Amino acid sequence: MKLIVAVIRPEKLNEVLKALYKAEVRGLSVSRIQGHGGETDEVETYRGTTVRMKLQEKVRLEIGVSEPFVDVAVNAILDAAHTGEIGDGKVFVLPVDHVYRIRNREADRAAVTPIPNPD
Amino acid sequence: MIHPLLTLPTLATAAAPALNGADTAWMMIATALVLVMTPGLAFFYGGLVRSKNALNTKMMSFAAMGFIGVLWALIGFSLAFSGDGKWIGNFAYLGLRHVGLAPHDPAHTIPFLLFMAYQTTFAIITPALISGAIVERMRFRTYLLFIALWSLLVYAPVAHWIWGGGWLSAGHGDVGVMDFAGGAVVHITAGVAALVAASLLGPRKDYSRQALLPHNVPFVLLGTGLLWLGWFGFNAGSALAANPQAVLAFVNSLLAPCAALVVWSLLDMFRGGRITAVGSATAIVVGLATITPAAGFVAPSSALIIGAIAAFPSYYAILYRAKTRLDDSLDVFSAHGLGGITGMLLVGVFCRASIGGVPIPGSTDGALMGHPDQLGRQALAVLVVGLYSGVATFVILKLVGLVMPLRATGRQEDRGLDIGLHGEEAYTTGEGALLLMEHERPVTTSANPAGPKPRNLVEA
Repeated sequence: MKLIVAVIRPEKLNEVLKALYKAEVRGLSVSRIQGHGGETDEVETYRGTTVRMKLQEKVRLEIGVSEPFVDVAVNAILDAAHTGEIGDGKVFVLPVDHVYRIRNREADRAAVTPIPNPD
Repeated sequence: MIHPLLTLPTLATAAAPALNGADTAWMMIATALVLVMTPGLAFFYGGLVRSKNALNTKMMSFAAMGFIGVLWALIGFSLAFSGDGKWIGNFAYLGLRHVGLAPHDPAHTIPFLLFMAYQTTFAIITPALISGAIVERMRFRTYLLFIALWSLLVYAPVAHWIWGGGWLSAGHGDVGVMDFAGGAVVHITAGVAALVAASLLGPRKDYSRQALLPHNVPFVLLGTGLLWLGWFGFNAGSALAANPQAVLAFVNSLLAPCAALVVWSLLDMFRGGRITAVGSATAIVVGLATITPAAGFVAPSSALIIGAIAAFPSYYAILYRAKTRLDDSLDVFSAHGLGGITGMLLVGVFCRASIGGVPIPGSTDGALMGHPDQLGRQALAVLVVGLYSGVATFVILKLVGLVMPLRATGRQEDRGLDIGLHGEEAYTTGEGALLLMEHERPVTTSANPAGPKPRNLVEA
């Protein structure tokens, strides 16, 4: 099991989600964050106050996956979040000791295996 | 050709019409009410776009108050309301020359200057209406140039045709079209221009690839409230006096949107089972746009019927439009264009020469009273005004497109036009903002066109 943490551009979120669903990776968390990835800062002016925005809007995805889905998920993100410009983001793959599903105490691999969609 | 009277600095000798205090007071308030419609429109449109474009969308309305306001005072008003040419006015009132504190038209009881101010607020909001069709992608400077040209080449002539004594106007005109507060002059011109502008600019990058949802529906409702409030000035003020016709227009502007809202809600309910907030806001605007040409000419019971009918074409046009590649983003044509068309035609059906024994100035009996001929004149106005606005908008945008890009860059569109074109964000925590001292500030690109052009610098 791995935890995939990806930091991407907010405007790429929809494409990344679409790619992940297509790759049958379900079950993820999304948070709006601010970050800095080496890109040129935006300069903004509010009346007499001019600022350099060191932090930019980013989106962080956290996805717990079993081994067979690691590469699939990572590739989906790498493809969908890419623009080629500085500031596209990062994907981190972290080891995970244990995962539990709160609803029924399933553990580890069973806990990250998606349940069939009721639809 | 200059009207002989207008070349004289004073009109006092020619049996000057009397000023009326009540009329003047009402028209000052009405002018302020119509002006507040433009910020209202900013909230209406601003709530409907994504948060990254909230400021740009609102600025399209706010900027019109400045740029169109100045242009209209200097040139536009003269082109629309001077002389007795068929097609366009002249330069008699250029820079507000001869626009004084005495009434100008024998039928008016308010200072000519106040009439000018009132008309200015109409001139401001009309091009701002178009902006809803091209949000989230148009380059801001190009937009400013476009609405400036549009105001002079489309709005001013059409206002002259119908309200300024031109070939379509009642009384001295050849055709005698009835457009009380701007069904054709405002809503058809803007609605058709929106259609043309949206198709010439092309759809937003994300259009029909992902859902583009309103970022702040409460703003949409707030904007609708401001629009409705201001619309009382728009319609009731078009009587140009505090008189029975103003009251009629006032009540009709209350009732027609009510009826549109109820019918729209029912359509929502039967179609999807749920009554929606954005739908309700749209319904009110559609009801208002539709009653606009009829407000001072029809009975209140007819206003209810007109409002109810108004919901149908707009409701189904919005559903249909969303399935096409035409990204009239905020459905300006479906709401204002169709509203204006429906209203202009229904004037010819429901208008009355007198209501309850009180004669209605500028009105006549319509099709329901056995006189279908007015309906024909209304239809002609719809066709001519729609066609003219469409062709002229096309030409203006094609010409502007030769000089500068119509659209923001793809990158600006991705990140949002607020940062990309204005260097501001609507919703920022201020975290990570590093204060720049005077000497650290980058030179803006417009002041330094030859210099190196860092990618991040703001260029609208």
